[in-house]
Amino acid sequence: MKVSVDADKCVAAGQCVLLAPEVFDQREEDGVVVLLDESPSSELHGPVRESAMVCPAAVIHLAES
Amino acid sequence: MKRVVIVGASISGLATAEALRRNGHEGPIALVGAEPEAPYDRPPLSKQVLTGQWEPKELDLRSPAELDALELDLRLGVRATGLDISRRTVSLGDGATLDYDALVVATGVRARRLPGTERIIGVHTLRTLSDALALKERLCPGRRLVIVGAGFVGAEVAAAAHGLGVEVTLLEAGPVPLALAVGEAAGRFLTDVHHEHGVLVRVGASVREVVQERGQVTGVRLADGAVLPADDVLVAIGSIANTEWLADSGLSVQDGLVCDEYSAAAPGVYGVGDVARWHNPLFDTAMRVEHRTNAAEQGMAVARNLLNPEARRPFAPVPYFWSDQYDVKVQAYGHLRDHDEALVLETTTEGPQLLVAYRKADRLVGVLAAGASPKILRAWRAVIADRAPWAAALNRTNAA
Repeated sequence: MKVSVDADKCVAAGQCVLLAPEVFDQREEDGVVVLLDESPSSELHGPVRESAMVCPAAVIHLAES
Repeated sequence: MKRVVIVGASISGLATAEALRRNGHEGPIALVGAEPEAPYDRPPLSKQVLTGQWEPKELDLRSPAELDALELDLRLGVRATGLDISRRTVSLGDGATLDYDALVVATGVRARRLPGTERIIGVHTLRTLSDALALKERLCPGRRLVIVGAGFVGAEVAAAAHGLGVEVTLLEAGPVPLALAVGEAAGRFLTDVHHEHGVLVRVGASVREVVQERGQVTGVRLADGAVLPADDVLVAIGSIANTEWLADSGLSVQDGLVCDEYSAAAPGVYGVGDVARWHNPLFDTAMRVEHRTNAAEQGMAVARNLLNPEARRPFAPVPYFWSDQYDVKVQAYGHLRDHDEALVLETTTEGPQLLVAYRKADRLVGVLAAGASPKILRAWRAVIADRAPWAAALNRTNAA
């Protein structure tokens, strides 16, 4: 799985950080998403997929291999 | 379970379909949507679409290839018109009938209108992409926009239109905008933000009628007789759940489809998203939540319950919403609406910001931040999810 984020569209909801803190963080000043791991290991795929779906701005994109 | 019919093709319906596939459902899924567009995202309609920052294409929730991969029987531009739960059939406006083993009701809400204004040119509501594009076309510098209703939609449009050089007046019938939703302190804070940006917010302003000349709106007459001239009027006075098609189904409808803690309305029938009034066991109350993240979460939860009927799990989220107005971001967790107390907390950083904790009985049930770093709310969310008593919750978050 390859993860990418469109930070320009992020609304700083932080839902991804709640679900997958190993993969996502937020910038301190404005809460915009920071991608920590663009190739997360398989046990994180479930929470990452959930993050992509819940993300209120739909900025998390997944390329599944 | 073989055939799933999902009525409603916005985020909650799409989330249900995707989660069904992801969790191994290989049977047919019909996804029925009243609007002609492929599933798109609504929050930007009152923000980036109006300002022109985003093209409509950028609202697409999935690419055509991603939708194809779901192997849906996708029926767009078609309304459901009736439901027979004993025969397990949904009738559609184009005359078709769909059989189901499981039905997911995801028909959402529509904007409430002012009676008698439907045909007047220049009177708008905002719920769909076509609504947003029609309004956007009219927002030119120097034009006058009167917004009836200072809730979140009205406030966001006010901010966007003001940024385009439109003269905006925001009307609120009550004494403080948003007071019912988020309390008076947060309502006053957001009113001040509008005033600082030069948008007039008139409170205690009840609308008697929309004034027109030859079918074109010219203003809004208030209860006191005063007329506010307007080139356009946005009616933003809340929403109505799209449940008319369920009227003869025998399902319980009370401002939304009544569902239990599993989001089930009847055996094999579930409700998701804005239309569902379900029992949230975390707050031990029935709620209907019109927010983007809840719609997606509920769709995923229902898909799991559909596929695991022996191991169903209650849907007990801490609801989340955000709103962007000018450069201020508002974020909230919890169930704020029926609070007994809204306590304004001290914040330590500089600048205009607000942090409010909400109490119901002796529990912390919600928190709202405006203009603050979005990260501070995450600690609060955990405390709400823990059902923390009020005093202990305030101590814990003070220490955090």
